[in-house]
Amino acid sequence: MEGRSRPEPWPGATEGAPVVETRALTKRFGGQLAVDGLDLVVPRGSVFGFLGPNGSGKTTTIRMLMGLIEPTSGTARVLGEEMPRGTRRVLPRVGALIEGPALYGFLSGRDNLTRFDAADPTADARTRRARVGHALDRVGLTGAAGKKARAYSLGMKQRLGLAAALLQPRELLVLDEPTNGLDPQGMREIRTLVRSLASEGTTVFLSSHLLDEIEQVCTHVAVMARGRLLIQGTVGELASSARGRLAVTTPDTAEAVRVLKEHGVNDLAVLDDRVTGELPAGPATELADLNAALVRADVRVRAFGAERASLEDAFVALTGEGFDVAG
Amino acid sequence: MSRAEAAPAGATAVPASAAARRWGLSLLISEVTTTFRRWRTLALLGVLAAVPVLIGIAVKIETGDDGAHGGGGPAFISQVTNNGLFLVFTSLAATLPFFLPMAIGVIAGDSVAGEAGSGTLRYLLVAPAGRTRLLFAKYATTMAFCFAATLVVAVSALAVGALLFPLGEVTLISGTTIGFGEGLLRALAIAVVVALSLVGVAALGLFVSTLTNSGVAAMATTVGLLITVQILDQFPQLSAIQPYLFPHYWLSFADLLRDPVLWDQVLRNLGLQALYAAVFGSAAWARFTAKDITV
Ligand SMILES: Nc1ncnc2c1ncn2[C@@H]1O[C@H](COP(=O)(O)OP(=O)(O)OP(=O)(O)O)[C@@H](O)[C@H]1O
Ligand SMILES: [Mg+2]
Repeated sequence: MEGRSRPEPWPGATEGAPVVETRALTKRFGGQLAVDGLDLVVPRGSVFGFLGPNGSGKTTTIRMLMGLIEPTSGTARVLGEEMPRGTRRVLPRVGALIEGPALYGFLSGRDNLTRFDAADPTADARTRRARVGHALDRVGLTGAAGKKARAYSLGMKQRLGLAAALLQPRELLVLDEPTNGLDPQGMREIRTLVRSLASEGTTVFLSSHLLDEIEQVCTHVAVMARGRLLIQGTVGELASSARGRLAVTTPDTAEAVRVLKEHGVNDLAVLDDRVTGELPAGPATELADLNAALVRADVRVRAFGAERASLEDAFVALTGEGFDVAG
Repeated sequence: MSRAEAAPAGATAVPASAAARRWGLSLLISEVTTTFRRWRTLALLGVLAAVPVLIGIAVKIETGDDGAHGGGGPAFISQVTNNGLFLVFTSLAATLPFFLPMAIGVIAGDSVAGEAGSGTLRYLLVAPAGRTRLLFAKYATTMAFCFAATLVVAVSALAVGALLFPLGEVTLISGTTIGFGEGLLRALAIAVVVALSLVGVAALGLFVSTLTNSGVAAMATTVGLLITVQILDQFPQLSAIQPYLFPHYWLSFADLLRDPVLWDQVLRNLGLQALYAAVFGSAAWARFTAKDITV
């Protein structure tokens, strides 16, 4: 399958050592393989989308990267150090939101952040108050900072969890479904936040089910299913791996079909005055040439264009249509 | 750009060792304040403070009755009407077998398991608190609670004793009489010994707490173990193992009210507590540092 790539530097990837690099990373829970031989490479400076159906092993992978669970076999390197051995040196430079926020309900939002910050031995106690205030501000929670966390809505909890990840300038942000429970404004804000953090140089590793979201903010993606990595690469590479279709609107459908077939377009279908077909593999076919050929053959073209495959098409093509979670 | 931003963030990750120690203190302070700000902690301390009040009132009402109600402890209660200071000894003797260790069991049992259950443990660990340091902070906080709980009983008893009964010279178990000031000092020493008597249960509770992700289960198990051990300590048939049960020498604190002080059992108690702390502390450490945090 030409879409699958080996874990080696991709064209266009930011140079420098990868921020996350796993080799044959495997985690077994009892008899079940939750993560199976994962070779993941997250380039520095990327916004990396981590996709996969429910139960495909995303959170388990993230837990191994954060040193919360020990791999059954294989290695995980984060910021150049092997986990979980390097937690003490690595994690102060990493902000993380793992499987939803977890808060002390009896503490206010501000006190929750103060507590998490106090747990970081590298955090300066003198700047704590200011940093907590800044993090609250960044997620739009300043107004609710004094409220007890148990009185927070799901979205507010999610924001507070994000704020905890932003208490310090980070080299890497790991966000496991960060927009879960957020309202549309909240989602937009998170996207804006992710973009601005990325532009400041933070690498963002983002797991999500929301494909538009990934498409909108990510530069790279990896897709998991049943614990295995199916593909990783740039968003463009993945979307083009599910090849787009050419669509021509014309009254002269029969002639158009003939010309397109001659030029190697497959799987042609005609519906009313629309002819669609699958573009041939490889970048060789120039759309402008196809259009010129149609015009030369006196096909009256009303509309012409390639319908880009969405990430969703690519995702479903990779992971299958089924709704049932793999056991 | 990305490099320039990353460098200072990386540099802060390697603090000077003196500073690191101070920041380790941050976690401990946070742990202590978080524990003592919980309603549950305050409720436990409230119940403990109420015990001397109840005993004091009961003694006041039944002044004529000289029977010893001290939870099977030394018979200080008959002295309370003569000297309010004896309410301190009576109350400690009454709460040490169950109330105090149960409160410790709740705090220690919940310390790790409660955070695991609510998920906050994973955020402390990615902060990164460090597993050893976090466990140490948890144990130190439980110890702080042991002292706070004992102090609450003692101070409440002293206040109630001073209100309801006369204060004055203290007649020791050995028959000698000491001044009130020295009596107070002995009461303080007894409170310290009582607090240290709880070191063993605290370590046991901490270990149990690392075994599960449910705070309630850990609390119940610890309190259940406490009750079982207390019962086992009563059977004469089990006298061979009883010297190794953590509550066995608990009431030996009364020996501090002799002149000269009988140190033998007191020291044995403290040694046994240290042994429990070492064994279960190590077990908790071994378990917690190797544990997969999956919630
Ligand atoms: N603690 C555990 N014990 C046993 N099995 C587990 C445990 N945690 C995860 N699993 C299993 O590992 C697999 C991967 O789970 P994981 O939570 O990593 O999925 P995920 O990709 O994050 O899913 P979702 O999109 O629903 O969050 C699942 O089949 C799950 O049942
Ligand atoms: Mg998940």
